[in-house]
Amino acid sequence: MSKDTAFNRVLQARSKDKISIKALIDGITDDFIELHGDRAYGDDPAVYAGIGSMNDKPVTIVGIRKGDDDQTDAEVHFGSAEPDGYRKALRLMKQAEKFKRPIITLINTPGAYPDVEAEYHGQGYMISQLIMQGMQLKVPYIAVIVGEGGSGGALALAVGDCVWAFEESIYSILSPEGYATILWKDSSRAREAAEVMKLTPEDLIKQGIIDRIIPEIRNNDELKRFKADLFGKIEELSAMPTAEMLNQRFARYRNF
Amino acid sequence: MKKNKRQKLSSQELHKRMDKVPDVWVKCPFCGKTIYKKQLGKYLECPDCHYAFRIGAKQRIELLCDNFEPFNLELKANPKYQDPKYLAKLEKARETTGLNEGVLTGIGTINGHRTAIGVMDWRFIMGSLGTATGELLARLFERATQEKLPVIVFTASGGARMQEGIESLMQMAKVSEAVSEHSKAGLVYISYLCDPTTGGVTASFAMQGDLLLSEPHALIGFAGRRVIERTIQQIPPKDFQRAETLLHNGFLDAIVKRNEMKTTLSHILAIHEGGDKNE
Ligand SMILES: [Zn+2]
Repeated sequence: MSKDTAFNRVLQARSKDKISIKALIDGITDDFIELHGDRAYGDDPAVYAGIGSMNDKPVTIVGIRKGDDDQTDAEVHFGSAEPDGYRKALRLMKQAEKFKRPIITLINTPGAYPDVEAEYHGQGYMISQLIMQGMQLKVPYIAVIVGEGGSGGALALAVGDCVWAFEESIYSILSPEGYATILWKDSSRAREAAEVMKLTPEDLIKQGIIDRIIPEIRNNDELKRFKADLFGKIEELSAMPTAEMLNQRFARYRNF
Repeated sequence: MKKNKRQKLSSQELHKRMDKVPDVWVKCPFCGKTIYKKQLGKYLECPDCHYAFRIGAKQRIELLCDNFEPFNLELKANPKYQDPKYLAKLEKARETTGLNEGVLTGIGTINGHRTAIGVMDWRFIMGSLGTATGELLARLFERATQEKLPVIVFTASGGARMQEGIESLMQMAKVSEAVSEHSKAGLVYISYLCDPTTGGVTASFAMQGDLLLSEPHALIGFAGRRVIERTIQQIPPKDFQRAETLLHNGFLDAIVKRNEMKTTLSHILAIHEGGDKNE
């Protein structure tokens, strides 16, 4: 582990070989149905979300996914959601609350999509609402950083009762390239930036930013173990009185 | 008209001279007009386009409040941050603003309305949201919830404070939590977006107000212009993140000229007087 550099972790988090959000969802649910649309403007394919059962227990799952090839990558803007994607996420999370379904978010995004249309449709506003309203949802809410957890675009879906992160993932205020550009005016120093940013799961767990490191999933058995871990946590949270669960959640964020 | 000689100067020359006497002439950053500074008046507005010049936190309080009691003034960045460059920036920001952190918080009175007020100071490392900044804002909302007071936050920020890394990002969640507690108590939160409000501040408490107000031509956005240009090779239109564009697209309640700030706010506060006691 120690010979592993932080920048290697960045590359692993971005790797094309990583299990896709879709494969993850298919692995942890029995009968997943994708649900589309934000009911206001559009349907952002970068946000892949819907409902299904986990050991016969209904759950709502919201993922931000990258593409499998160049074409899908272009469609999902390399895993960068637009405001309508976040609006869809919020809609489905509120729906989960109505039907008392636990929520699982699976995050693999370099950040919210930076473009003019996204600005016009309220990128900042939608993230602000997902953070504020998401934190208030009266159902268990587990967030998992699967690959990249980039900035506010990732935080939008990571304000639950716990935040888990895959072994080969990163979670940071911005990309190491962006950090090097802003602080040192030199994007080529990304490698160095990754070291000082403390963006690996090992660093994040020390700071209490994440609560658990999930071993990288490469086969079916590992997927089953992940499902069992998730289900166990859902059971644990479901057994708690809602007020207690929420107070614990609020305290988690208040203490930063 | 009195000084014909000055009119013969090229604009380049004029600006060069203006730079040497910054206390006399200013250029409006929005419409580009050269203005004799006294013409800006006490509210520091462009007489032509009403652009509201950036002002510090203390100056904003002076324009707005009949009296103001600040709190938590001693709070500052955690000493665990040791990067000398960051420490130097903090030192300079403290000197410039007279504040220990990027937001001034307290309880003030606006035409008789007792209100919890937070004012971000853009001169404090671009008004960036550090851990202490977030703590000050969270405590402001918590105090207001306890005392059943409305909150007004004037935002002016480049976003998260990069030097504090992911903990700065977490401030967005921390402040949002305090905003919701205040909201659940039936109390009003007015977010007043000033030039410039961007990044993580836009993506959290700046956009969480019950009412969203702004100043003329204020820059408000999530992704910065250069980030958009660099990432997707798109050149954004000139005014794509101006307050007027956001108003047009439905993301602001009103744009208020600075000379009307106090009367507008006291009007809104009066309508919400009684807070949760309104039935
Ligand atoms: Zn002007």
